[in-house]
Amino acid sequence: MNTLFDKIWDAHVVQQINEGPTQLYIDRLYCHEVTSPQAFAGLRARGLKCFRPDHIYCMPDHNTPTHDQDKPIADPVSRAQVDTLAKNAADFGLTHFGMMNPKNGIIHVVGPERGLTLPGMTIVCGDSHTSTHGALGAVAFGIGTSEVEMVLASQCILQTHPKTMRITVDGRLGRGVTAKDLALYMMSKMTTSGATGYFVEYAGEAVRSLSMEGRLTLCNLSIEMGARGGMVAPDETTFAYIKGREYAPKGADWDKAVAYWRTLRSDDDAVFDKEVRFDAADIEPMITYGTNPGMGMGITGHIPTTDAMSEAEKVSFEKSMHYMGFRPGEQLLGKPVDYVFLGACTNGRIEDFRAFASLVKGRRKADHITAWLVPGSWMVDAQIREEGLDKVLGEAGFAIRQPGCSACLAMNDDKIPAGKYAVSTSNRNFEGRQGPGSRTLLASPLVAAAAAVTGVITDPRELL
Amino acid sequence: MKQKFNILTSTCVPLPLENVDTDQIIPARFLKATTREGFGENLFRDWRYRADGTPNPDFVLNNPTYGGQILVAGKNFGSGSSREHAAWAIADYGFRVVVSSFFADIHKNNELNNFVLPVVVSEPFLQELFDSIYANPKMEVEVDLPRQIITNKATGRSESFEINAYKKHCLMNGLDDIDFLVENKDKIEAWEKKQ
Repeated sequence: MNTLFDKIWDAHVVQQINEGPTQLYIDRLYCHEVTSPQAFAGLRARGLKCFRPDHIYCMPDHNTPTHDQDKPIADPVSRAQVDTLAKNAADFGLTHFGMMNPKNGIIHVVGPERGLTLPGMTIVCGDSHTSTHGALGAVAFGIGTSEVEMVLASQCILQTHPKTMRITVDGRLGRGVTAKDLALYMMSKMTTSGATGYFVEYAGEAVRSLSMEGRLTLCNLSIEMGARGGMVAPDETTFAYIKGREYAPKGADWDKAVAYWRTLRSDDDAVFDKEVRFDAADIEPMITYGTNPGMGMGITGHIPTTDAMSEAEKVSFEKSMHYMGFRPGEQLLGKPVDYVFLGACTNGRIEDFRAFASLVKGRRKADHITAWLVPGSWMVDAQIREEGLDKVLGEAGFAIRQPGCSACLAMNDDKIPAGKYAVSTSNRNFEGRQGPGSRTLLASPLVAAAAAVTGVITDPRELL
Repeated sequence: MKQKFNILTSTCVPLPLENVDTDQIIPARFLKATTREGFGENLFRDWRYRADGTPNPDFVLNNPTYGGQILVAGKNFGSGSSREHAAWAIADYGFRVVVSSFFADIHKNNELNNFVLPVVVSEPFLQELFDSIYANPKMEVEVDLPRQIITNKATGRSESFEINAYKKHCLMNGLDDIDFLVENKDKIEAWEKKQ
């Protein structure tokens, strides 16, 4: 009568502290350059070594430019942070996939695609989108830098047991409706804090029928509902995805691993602290209109009016509308946009590039649109070229940049200018997220592609 | 950094916005430092300063009427990114307590790990607190960690708040989790042997 989450959690409990948190063993720590330097500095100050260096993988992704990665990074502060990660990895004996290493990319894209992320694992990283890895049936969650230091020092973390929630999505997603739309739909219904305090398991036919890439997108966005993490029970889709990947078990180890992974599902009589149900048939391609990811709607919809809002809600809502330059009650279809961004740990995988290419094939990028297409990793980049998608995209007027987090949070040069509108496949539309004053409309790769070729917000179903 | 916490009485800074995300607390372009110091000067950077770098007089941190070691914010404070830089910025600016009716999980942990106390109060208590601060910016709030009670000294109304006994012990004694974990290495090795 156990949930999937509890089966994995319980298997990793080192001790339960009296009237306190649980000491949990961590199978995999991923480190990027932004949230780790102070943790390594803390280790040095305490005279500690890494307790289990072979459990830890490091790679820069946030600061990396998306062009000329073979040259030194122009911004000296970014360069120093990237170099600091390389030095820390060398000093503490950790695996490091540096810039231009064919294994480099966004940490949440690289982990699954290299077979480093496996079902049943506990996985942490100083990054809220660590929830991505839950797609393979792992307990994966984002942590702060002090917690990164805990794991470096002891391979353990102190955590309070979260509540459990199951979100079941019945039926099948319609034509032109993707995992991204499913996630944006859930956020619009649950708000950005609707799952705070919970660890979510996604279930139901609509989830089961998602590809692994789709599940990674879905779990990636769990944090945008406030959830500690999100996960999908491993199944044949999962095993087929993992098999043969570089760090995945091989031979007899593979068979043993799969036999264990098959036990990783919530029991039929498992009890969740909260159950939520949605119907896939209710979901259309989504777009956000405000300054948090819960402010989303169907692409044919209208922005809500303030009539039903409390005074406190109204203040925040009106601030958001002012920032975005939108009016309550208006429709977004047909509004001109300036930038399109395809990429990020949310939608920077091969399937996302396939979707984008399928829609722009035989069409042309609108002249006034600046489009940044950024693969999530060098492996995705190689797949794009193998499949000839680079040619399809090139003929339509799109160029492919080099991998990294890029305009998702604009720590490199890829910044949306103040006041400009960007249809973005990333995960956050917060004020200034893509550059000071930038205005972000979150959407799927199909919605982004439709905007890129028409120059305005367009329902992609009209172009399929 | 490891500042012991017991009882704090202070005036408050009101920020009655909901869903204040960590990108607002400290924007990404300020995350490039490799040390923990100095983030306070960029706390709420894009609300606090105009694009040309001059202070925005409409933002509360630039209003000399309000000050103190307690930040009072609308519900769902600290959502979004896990960046601990947000907690470092809050602590470095001089806040020792953040009061809200709801906190995002990761940010709440980050505050605790930096000896900033997140105090969760009811929505009515929070609204009354805002009202009291606006009525008299010099009014004080007492946060009593040993008794786990917060008091609005203008109205005399108190509410108890939750914190687990372990974390309370850590805050009151200036201890952090790493001290604890490193002392428990034998237990970790024993767990590994069982696998």
